[in-house]
Amino acid sequence: MVYTLAPVTAPVDSVEDVARLLSPDGTRLPDRHLDAWVADVDPPALRGLYRDMAVLRRVDAEGVALQRQGQLGLWPPCRGQEATQIGSARAMRREDFAFTSYRELGVFLTRGATPADVVLTWRGETHSSMDPAQVGVAIPQIIIGAQTVHAVGYAMGIQRDGAEAASMAYFGDGAMSEGDVGEAMVFAATFAAPVVFLCTNNQWAISEPVSLQSRIPLSRRAPGYGIPSIRVDGNDVLACLAATRWALDRARTGAGPAFIEAVTYRMGPHTTSDDPTRYRDAAELAFWEQRDPLARVEAHLRAIGEFDDVFRDEVAAAADELCGAVRTACLDARTPEPLTMLDDVYAEPHPALDLQRERLGAYLASFADDGEARA
Amino acid sequence: MTTLTMGKALNAALDRALADDPKTLLMGEDIGRLGGVFRITDGLQARYGADRVVDTPLAEAGIVGTAVGLAYRGYRPVVEIQFDGFVYPAFDQIVCQVAKLHYRSNGRVRMPLTIRMPWAGGVGAAEHHSESPEAYFAHTAGLRVVVPSTPQDAYTMMRQAVASDDPVVFFEPKRLYHVAGEVDLDAPLADAAPLGVARVVRPGTDVTVVTYGGLVPVALDTAAAADAEGVSLEVIDLRSLSPFDLDTVAASVRRTGRLVVAHEAAGEAGLGAEIVARVVETCFDALRAGPVRVTGYDIPYPPARLEAHHVPDLDRILDGVDHVLGRPSSFSAVTR
Ligand SMILES: Cc1ncc(C[n+]2csc(CCOP(=O)(O)OP(=O)(O)O)c2C)c(N)n1
Repeated sequence: MVYTLAPVTAPVDSVEDVARLLSPDGTRLPDRHLDAWVADVDPPALRGLYRDMAVLRRVDAEGVALQRQGQLGLWPPCRGQEATQIGSARAMRREDFAFTSYRELGVFLTRGATPADVVLTWRGETHSSMDPAQVGVAIPQIIIGAQTVHAVGYAMGIQRDGAEAASMAYFGDGAMSEGDVGEAMVFAATFAAPVVFLCTNNQWAISEPVSLQSRIPLSRRAPGYGIPSIRVDGNDVLACLAATRWALDRARTGAGPAFIEAVTYRMGPHTTSDDPTRYRDAAELAFWEQRDPLARVEAHLRAIGEFDDVFRDEVAAAADELCGAVRTACLDARTPEPLTMLDDVYAEPHPALDLQRERLGAYLASFADDGEARA
Repeated sequence: MTTLTMGKALNAALDRALADDPKTLLMGEDIGRLGGVFRITDGLQARYGADRVVDTPLAEAGIVGTAVGLAYRGYRPVVEIQFDGFVYPAFDQIVCQVAKLHYRSNGRVRMPLTIRMPWAGGVGAAEHHSESPEAYFAHTAGLRVVVPSTPQDAYTMMRQAVASDDPVVFFEPKRLYHVAGEVDLDAPLADAAPLGVARVVRPGTDVTVVTYGGLVPVALDTAAAADAEGVSLEVIDLRSLSPFDLDTVAASVRRTGRLVVAHEAAGEAGLGAEIVARVVETCFDALRAGPVRVTGYDIPYPPARLEAHHVPDLDRILDGVDHVLGRPSSFSAVTR
């Protein structure tokens, strides 16, 4: 018999109760469980992680700027979440597959998204430009939590195929409340699917603090479904890399699903249309500024003599180049012809739509006759 | 009379509903401190407390399902679904539970829920933020489905919806949230047009144009443009989609002999099909031309940069008017 007569009361908003390999000041901390998973990460590899995070931060800032300049309809910033995104994505192999929300820019870039992929959707030109088969990432999900069930289904497919791969489900702390996420965990556990749940706990779901979604740390929910879990410092790229490697390895080798809660912070607004001053205080922001994911890798690299001006300039140049390409992709975007909006609704011909296509064609042509095309 | 935007009128209606009845409560994501992403509940949590204006976990089925339980207990929940495209996780609760409980209980159980949501497109939003799911709900017996098009209606109809003992799906046309108009905050509810009644917003003699929500102002502009060409349009704002006011529509068609229904939801199996069918059933003899629907295409809502081609505008409604008048139109350009 198992009794739980008193509720478990570990404060959900505690951010200290986490596994960590790099302290906020850049000190390398030992961890009995995680160390082995990053034993191979030498200084060049560490610099690579820093470079990816720094480039991500710049591209994210570029997205915000493009939105402010009216070039994008919306932008969901990810500043503060660089370590979670880069650390976890760098743990994936080519044959793994990610199911994400809208905020995982670092995962998209790591997996090979193009500059156009970064902006065309937020510009409102297309619902998506990434090719899932090419980048190993599903169409980013706006419906909160829906991708988690898809990730489990994909993992069930991997299992059936006898492949050595895993799927990753990325979602937020708010998403943990959606029914889909609960169902995803039920299926994953039941079928021992090779899936890794990565919950980016950035403390907020728009205006709602994580304490509104849960009374216990989110990672504690997974064991209730029979899924092992770990809570890591989401601002520590090494810990995120290690935890994800651990979880992916389990999944790939047939041990079943795992759950990672990456405890991080959304430094900016939820999206560019949000106003966090209505619900968030400055002290909280200041606290998290002190735990910046980039600053701590930089501090660590400096401490071991691996961060110099040459490297800094090299990173800046890489960021400039990608930002330039993103800006160009944005400014060069051409809105598709109106008729194309009727394409791809079905894979096979559909008579009603064919008729509508003809009708819209005739309608648009009637304006061209007047010399006032409506393009 | 005061001048209010539709958003502020809705806020005033919810404020009034909370003040009038301690059993009324609001629930939804981000409706408290933030006041909702469109600020429709702005200030209400500060005024009535977090027990009456409740920020909920992110779970639409949970929001509607717990509202069902609260209604069993005698409460009158007004829930906010953050956007039209996010109602589907709650769809099961709405169509299987909310809509049917009165029937299943032989009338013993009341479900006086109001399910509010920012609705439809025209504001350049991201995917899933511009959907027109009204037909799904209108197709479900047991639900009332309404859409206001003016701040006064928004105010009055919201109060009527909250007061109704039936569940009401209340769509708020987001492109009209910032449009202002005169609102009489003190007009007695008893004097207002009942929730199920349509309104002739512009009388005319040649063609009846039936529409609702964000397309009502577009239809009025169309009528002005048609007027300049010597064609008189009668514009009807449905206000209530289920039930819809067949009497008002049929009476108009009997006068004009011609019907154009405009909505931005896809045409296939949409509200327009129902309206046209009912008109044909009731006043076929009065029709001088086959009715026409001007609707969104039968596609998922397109990317923002293409939505202007998808959502009916003045020209597309005029194109439909041309057709029922027997003039060349895109409908006649393509025949099969
Ligand atoms: C089903 C559904 N409900 C509501 C929304 C509106 N919405 C978009 S993002 C968001 C908050 C999500 O928070 P979280 O899961 O913590 O992820 P984060 O945005 O913080 O990364 C909400 C409520 C949505 N997109 N989908």
